[in-house]
Amino acid sequence: MASVLVNVPKTAKRGEVIEIKTLIAHPMETGFRAGPNGRLIPRDIITRFTCVYDGAEVFGLTLTPAIAANPFIAFTTVATQSGTLVFRWTGDNGFSVEESASISVE
Amino acid sequence: MRSLPAIVSAGALAVFLVTWAMAQTADPRRSGYQEMGASLRAMQDDDSANPGMLWVGEGRALWARREGAAGKACADCHAGETAMAGVAARYPAFDAATNRPIDLGQRVNRCRVEQQKAEPLAPESRELVALSAFIARQSRGQPIAPPDDPRLRPFVESGEALWRQRQGQLNLSCAQCHDDNAGGRLAGATIPQGHPTGYPIYRLEWQAVGSLKRRLRNCLVGMRAEPYAYDSAEYAALELYLMSRARGMAMEAPGVRP
Amino acid sequence: MSPSTRRAFVIGSAIAAVMPLSSARATPEQMRKAIEAVTRGAKINTGKVTLDIPPLVENGHTVPLSVTVDSPMTDADHVRAIHIFNENNPQPHVLHANLGPRSGRALLSTRIKLNASQRIVAIAELSDGGFWSGAAEVVVTLAACVEEIV
Repeated sequence: MASVLVNVPKTAKRGEVIEIKTLIAHPMETGFRAGPNGRLIPRDIITRFTCVYDGAEVFGLTLTPAIAANPFIAFTTVATQSGTLVFRWTGDNGFSVEESASISVE
Repeated sequence: MRSLPAIVSAGALAVFLVTWAMAQTADPRRSGYQEMGASLRAMQDDDSANPGMLWVGEGRALWARREGAAGKACADCHAGETAMAGVAARYPAFDAATNRPIDLGQRVNRCRVEQQKAEPLAPESRELVALSAFIARQSRGQPIAPPDDPRLRPFVESGEALWRQRQGQLNLSCAQCHDDNAGGRLAGATIPQGHPTGYPIYRLEWQAVGSLKRRLRNCLVGMRAEPYAYDSAEYAALELYLMSRARGMAMEAPGVRP
Repeated sequence: MSPSTRRAFVIGSAIAAVMPLSSARATPEQMRKAIEAVTRGAKINTGKVTLDIPPLVENGHTVPLSVTVDSPMTDADHVRAIHIFNENNPQPHVLHANLGPRSGRALLSTRIKLNASQRIVAIAELSDGGFWSGAAEVVVTLAACVEEIV
């Protein structure tokens, strides 16, 4: 299980724009670097990140080798109703991690 | 209406801020944090953006995991997020069993072997660095406080001698960069004074968290000197000297550095 | 012990010796083509897009970057996507983000790798089909005292 940190406010007012910050442990190996033996280290990256809130994908990001290791992704969304935000990171070599956070909207 | 405790604590805060500000002007020592640009300082300051916190989180999980033949977790003896507060600020410490200083990672391994009856973790392994980050995070903001132990004195002195000794193909000493030329430029980077305030640090160059020993190793490679073996007496002596040189400076772990 | 010119030269040479050699690099021309693949030849307006990136990058492995677009983010008028391009990495198209009215604001922050000093371009695709762009020049410095890949 990869280690993940997501920062979502526990409570928000309906209609408020909230900022969400995420970090995930991942090498984001570019596929362009040579290892100690002189051969290229194979590419191993996260290719896609999504946030689903209240049944809809509210944010998506397509990643490439140029995203720094241990990707940090921050974005905003409107607090619509109490519920769960589901974050998913998928990538090379079958990488797939899901994390969720709940929010209470008044 | 403001309550009396609120007024008293506001007063205490003001005193603290003044003392702090005075200390800032009187003390010529600077943490590497102060040499960084605004965006990297912001990265360190925000726990939800500091990538070092990923290691702290892994360390927290390892702390609670039962290990070894004894089936004990670190948390069984040292429960809670503050049990280790101040500990990282006073390591390396003298170890009576081996008659030499041991650093934080070596102390964790001592517990693993003696208390948990588990295999020691490899120096600089992900697990050991994560546990060290979890422990050191609990000392954030506390002053670096190396033990006033006379048995450590010869090791601090040998650490200082190593610091001043020229070595490697470039024939450089640590002191030539970090005492004589601190604040100057090495290519695009400001040469820091070399205070171990942030360790373990998330170094952007590593794209990972690493210990002070790993950073010293990088310096030695940069000087074209043969790096010492991890767990060598030389690293312990250098760490001890650096901690005594930084006595009283605030711990920042996990720091972010370029 | 005072610093000498010879010492400065030696240190400089040491840094040059450990500089990574980049074999594959995009070019401004490849960046232009990558942008064209997204805009399909549509006109790109300058403005609305603010690209916030440190002008002096302390380590190209991790460069903090954020993009904001001036948009009301309503159903009728919002940003659909944000793209980042560079002209000197092996691949010119760095990322694309999907946004919509539920984003509330057109904001994205992340960290990217840059292998040399170069120009970075952010392009926003709006709900009316229009494209807007902002750009920034960055200088990438090398870290002192690196280690071999372990």
